[in-house]
Amino acid sequence: MADGQGPLPIVDWLKGAGTDDPYVEGQKCGVCSAIFLGERSHCSKCGARDQIAPTRLGNKGKLYSYSIVHRSFPGIDVPYISAIVDLEGGGTLKGNLINVDPKPENIEFDMPVDVVFDDALGRKDQDGNSYISYFFQPAA
Amino acid sequence: MSDVYIMGVDMIKFGRFPEKTVPELGAEATLMALDDAGLTIQDMQAMYCGNLGQANAMVGQRVLQQIGQTGIGVVNCANACATGATAFREAWMSIKAGVNDVVLAVGVEQMGKGLLGGGGGGTGIPKEGLLGSGTMPAVFAEAGMEHARNHGTTFEQFAKVSVKNHHHSTLNPKAMYQIETPLETVMNAEMISYPNTKLMCSVNVDGAAAAVLVSEKKAKEMGMARAVKVRASILTSDPYSDRDLVMPDVNAVTRIAAKQAYEMAGVGPEDVNLVELHDCFATAEILHYENLGLCADGEAGRMIDEGEVALGGRVPVNVSGGLLSKGHPLGATGIANIYEVSTHLRGEADKRQVKDARIGMTHVIGLGSACAIHILEKVA
Repeated sequence: MADGQGPLPIVDWLKGAGTDDPYVEGQKCGVCSAIFLGERSHCSKCGARDQIAPTRLGNKGKLYSYSIVHRSFPGIDVPYISAIVDLEGGGTLKGNLINVDPKPENIEFDMPVDVVFDDALGRKDQDGNSYISYFFQPAA
Repeated sequence: MSDVYIMGVDMIKFGRFPEKTVPELGAEATLMALDDAGLTIQDMQAMYCGNLGQANAMVGQRVLQQIGQTGIGVVNCANACATGATAFREAWMSIKAGVNDVVLAVGVEQMGKGLLGGGGGGTGIPKEGLLGSGTMPAVFAEAGMEHARNHGTTFEQFAKVSVKNHHHSTLNPKAMYQIETPLETVMNAEMISYPNTKLMCSVNVDGAAAAVLVSEKKAKEMGMARAVKVRASILTSDPYSDRDLVMPDVNAVTRIAAKQAYEMAGVGPEDVNLVELHDCFATAEILHYENLGLCADGEAGRMIDEGEVALGGRVPVNVSGGLLSKGHPLGATGIANIYEVSTHLRGEADKRQVKDARIGMTHVIGLGSACAIHILEKVA
């Protein structure tokens, strides 16, 4: 495999990849304050046009819902916790909840979590580029 | 506007038919529905065909190429798991509009095995197992765990849905499976995505179902003895909700559809004698008891515990065996559940007959999202 570049952001709303200050960027409607992920022009909550502006999302949140995934596609390590987290200050993210033994008794709704950034489980693309992703872990 | 009646409806036994083509499966169900109505393909004025896997390949026309190319207009529909119901609704609308008197609605699907969803796509590296899971069992597990969060619903209560629906399917010869699955079997089956075990996931099968819809004028000509009246036909898309982008909201889309359907039919949930709803996963069924107004919010766990939704209960749900055991051929599902409810309203459901059924409801959800609800009524 060729020596690639990196780290690249796993999604285009992860900003600051390769710096010591990575963060998740939301897109906020200036009229109704709805928060989206990924650049867009218009608001699907209120229909406002051209009122969307980027906003830095928080790195603390609470677990809203989850599933413990035991069967996935070939090559994907299981089990893992697929978590939905409401962020302080607005916005909701989905990602892996790490540093928790993946059993229901270890997971509580509304448990406080931190958003952390790390290498994308060693996955590289066909050009050998590495990636940085976001994860959740129990709040420090 | 004319009322609309179902005069013929049928489905093939769901299963795996790799030796057959999609048009062959669709043709089989279409001929069965025509026979049920006592009509021929030459009597049909239009065809509305639902299929997902070959959505760009003129499936409706290819069905006609099997059984009779009469030159009628054909509309091919795709709307995720609401595909069949959407085709049915388009057929209904053409009669409502006064354009047609006798039309066909067909739903057909040939499925592979294995997990749906979560394929990722796009550039870079796979996101599955990195940004959580996009597989359907996980997505619907997360929707179920939202209910657990709000109402304390347990793994055992979710599992009871599968016990019930698998039991129902033992009474339905057209279901993929006719196997009892006791609670411990369901709960101890391979865990796919907690809390959904393998027996709490719908079965990928091949299937086809078809219906002949007619105007009131045509129904009177034909005789109303086995007619089923379509009291409501509703289609909705997902309204904005705060977690939309990471957590599809299958609740709001169903709630607005149910409200509109009850209004259109002029009935309430207390009038409904049986329901075929979208139990793509056991977790999903629990949500829809409340979304369809069959019970108050927070009461769904009690409903399954007390057997109110089992055959013989207050409002039996998924007496066919549901998607969990009858099977879920995506494009056919929406018409297959119309077949099931119609069969009960006609008093022809044999061992699984819901006694004195007069009004029934069908519900499907296509993730993305679409919800279709039909309310049907016995005529004679």
